[in-house]
Amino acid sequence: MKDFKEGLLAGIPIGLGYLSVSFTFGIMAVGTGLYWWQATIISMLTVTSAGQLAGIGTMIHPGLYMEMLISQITINIRYSFMSISIGQKADSKFKGIYRWILGFMMTDEIFGVASSRKSVSRSFFAGLCVFPYLGWFLGTLIGALLGEVLPASLLSALGIALYAMFIAIVVPEMEKSTPVIIVVIVAIILSCSFKYFPLLQGVSSGIAITICGVLASLVGAIFFPIEEAES
Amino acid sequence: MNGCEFWIYLAILAGTTYLVRVIPFVAIKNKIDNKYVQSFLYYIPYAVLTAMTIPAVFYSTDRIQGAVVGTFTAILFALRKRSLTVVAIAACVAVYIVESFMNII
Repeated sequence: MKDFKEGLLAGIPIGLGYLSVSFTFGIMAVGTGLYWWQATIISMLTVTSAGQLAGIGTMIHPGLYMEMLISQITINIRYSFMSISIGQKADSKFKGIYRWILGFMMTDEIFGVASSRKSVSRSFFAGLCVFPYLGWFLGTLIGALLGEVLPASLLSALGIALYAMFIAIVVPEMEKSTPVIIVVIVAIILSCSFKYFPLLQGVSSGIAITICGVLASLVGAIFFPIEEAES
Repeated sequence: MNGCEFWIYLAILAGTTYLVRVIPFVAIKNKIDNKYVQSFLYYIPYAVLTAMTIPAVFYSTDRIQGAVVGTFTAILFALRKRSLTVVAIAACVAVYIVESFMNII
């Protein structure tokens, strides 16, 4: 119980952050033509910023099921790495059914907090998930419902929120590691090529992100393999 | 997109995300020691997030000037190790100020 409370407290700032970010997701989802309840269900069942954003980008086109599958695996593969990492720190009771249930909430920020501890108990992890989940769910609901009520100038400003959060994840790592800077530059060059080269413009955004991400990471892995497990 | 397509898309979106998170959590108990696989997995989040952000971020607001200022504001705040929330709010405020100013003149 002490662990659970500790987790609850540690989750409050993440929950507040998610509230504001998922609020923007709700607005964007309704902006692409989804109903408010569809946006909310997506958030309740998925809980991932980048994946959901790419997901609604794919949903507006009919029948791109394979693209949805491949792009989601690529965008979310980082969670596998995080799950493996937290799995190493989980205590002896944190296994079986608890991993099947709590693994659902493996997000960048929850991973960040959990990985800063020497040992992760299932009670701590469960507590840690409560406010982020509520924040993600409620933020999407409020954004999807109020999106149309807010003035256009405010909506425009909120459009950058999710991207700013991605910048906040990538930039500090670039400061720590030169190879990450190179991987980022390769990703930028590739991604701009897909946007601006007429020949490549036909490729849909989900696949383009997948190709950019995999190629840039391959460059990093081949030319700058890390000796010890980082992160 | 019709109603049926939404549910199929949702099942793929949520199902894939869940399995990608949980399968390694349940299945892998010992460390991966191949350094190339390890490195690839380490770089993936940064590569994917970068590809999602650039150049899309520049078209995420009404005016490109607002988005450019917002992007640089985000980078500046990120360099100062601000939390994700603070960086996001700062970028939004910067966009709001620039675009409000441009709407006046």
